[in-house]
Amino acid sequence: MNAQASLILKLVALALVACVPLSGESFYIEIVGKILVMAIFAMSLDLLVGFTGLVSFGHAAYFGIAAYAVALLSPEYEAANLWLVLPASVSLSALAAFVIGLFVLRTKGIYFIMVTLAFAQMAYFIFHDTPLGGGSDGKYLNNKPSASIFGWEPFDLSNEVHMFYFILVMMVLVYLFLARILQSPFGRALVGIKSNEHRMQSLGYFTFRYKLGAFTLAGALGGLAGFLYAVLFGFVTPELLSWHESGNVLLMVILGGMGNLAGAIAGAFAFEAMREVFADITKYWQLLMGGVIVAVVLFLPGGLAGVPGRIKRALQGGEVK
Amino acid sequence: MSATTKNEVLLQADKLTRRFGGLVANQDISVSLERQMIHVLLGPNGAGKSTCINMLSGDLPPSEGRIHFMGKDITGLSAAQRSQVGIGRSYQRTNIFPQFTVLESVRLAAQSRRQQPWRIFSKAMEQRWALEKARACIEEAGLGKRVDWVSGVLSHGEQRQLEIAMVLATDAQVLLLDEPLAGMGSEESASMVEVLKRLRQTRGILLVEHDMDAVFAVADMITVMVNGQLLECGPPAQIKASVAVQQAYLGTEDSFHV
Repeated sequence: MNAQASLILKLVALALVACVPLSGESFYIEIVGKILVMAIFAMSLDLLVGFTGLVSFGHAAYFGIAAYAVALLSPEYEAANLWLVLPASVSLSALAAFVIGLFVLRTKGIYFIMVTLAFAQMAYFIFHDTPLGGGSDGKYLNNKPSASIFGWEPFDLSNEVHMFYFILVMMVLVYLFLARILQSPFGRALVGIKSNEHRMQSLGYFTFRYKLGAFTLAGALGGLAGFLYAVLFGFVTPELLSWHESGNVLLMVILGGMGNLAGAIAGAFAFEAMREVFADITKYWQLLMGGVIVAVVLFLPGGLAGVPGRIKRALQGGEVK
Repeated sequence: MSATTKNEVLLQADKLTRRFGGLVANQDISVSLERQMIHVLLGPNGAGKSTCINMLSGDLPPSEGRIHFMGKDITGLSAAQRSQVGIGRSYQRTNIFPQFTVLESVRLAAQSRRQQPWRIFSKAMEQRWALEKARACIEEAGLGKRVDWVSGVLSHGEQRQLEIAMVLATDAQVLLLDEPLAGMGSEESASMVEVLKRLRQTRGILLVEHDMDAVFAVADMITVMVNGQLLECGPPAQIKASVAVQQAYLGTEDSFHV
């Protein structure tokens, strides 16, 4: 697919999503808002899995840490200031990712997967089993943060439409931010590490530092997603940090096609939409979901991101690889 | 040979020993490499040549012994640090970025000299110095016709040339080349020999090689290893005439009639 067609497709998709609040249906506004949050989460993981070659199986930890941070940092009976609590929550996730990264990035392959999972489980139990997190019931965020800047309030997050557009703008910003970074010398080095880390080292790259940078950045953006999730739903539970969530976001990235930011967004949409539809049909929805994922891995190795190219080749009568 | 003996010593390894458990892969190997010189490591399979080159490049720490580069002790440096001081290497088994184009692979190698990872909003493809350097190195390695090809689809010989281009882009003063001619046809091999001779003019090259014709066509100095030990070191004429070398190695090697 050429760049122009790809851009048009993305803008059309963006315009369609931006029209959702016109429906006036709270149900859809909330569900699509949630999907957009998961799209940010999936893009942040794709930076590791798809671009740096680091399969993290504990990414929900950074999502959950920022989600808990906003709930814990907000005063009980009044609204926190968005412009303070947002950077604070994201920074806590970034800090956690930096410290955990110092340890896990010394391992490779299956060990990396297991150690990231182990750290995420530790984070899970900190919020599940210590007084800090409020146990398995989680914590409520009674008042959504206020966007007030010296008394002027540009938007109101307790308004569901404002909240929706705030999330949408954040998702577009994260997409543009990551797309830009991937073109920088830093981003090219990450892709080089994914392709052949040993070669990068013998070319004089201190790959550990690059991986730590990517891991911290991915943790921060995963934290941004967790922050938005907590504000959108107004409560947090330890389940946000569970390994199921780490697995779900990994599946979104795989469904969408690893190493493609738009694919990660499409993967989040597909995953959440299937969850809704299948759960409507049957309580065994996970069986259906599993079947679809197996089918995608077998028959669409490039994930959803590879679909437009396949259609184009099919229309041109070319060979579909 | 007399012209090269006065040259500056770039790399000096003293009594390198490497043990893997009870196995001594290298014992007391000393090698020195001067600028404008091609020094060939020769030996039968299992002689420990790759272990030796791995110790020099920093891929493998030596159990004993010291390595100096331009007078500085670099024994404790990692592979990445050695690349930064000026030691580049290629691998016996082709070691490239298969999905990258030739230009991008070599550009990435050039970028390693000025990494600036914090500049996350600059565009890598707008760093003209890196692109220009990459093109020059691709040309120097004789790969000018393949600039925009994807590395993975190049012929085996061209991939070896690509490895050389990447090493050149790192400004390496010392090239450690592990069997750069392996698996090449005679034509590819001949053009690689020309490339090596050209590179020798400004750098020092340590070569592990099996192709005898090529070895004697390019070598200024030859070190023969057998069973992890240094058997003999000297100019090609001395090695050819050496009884010890013939007994240990050449007697079983039909291809050694030069």
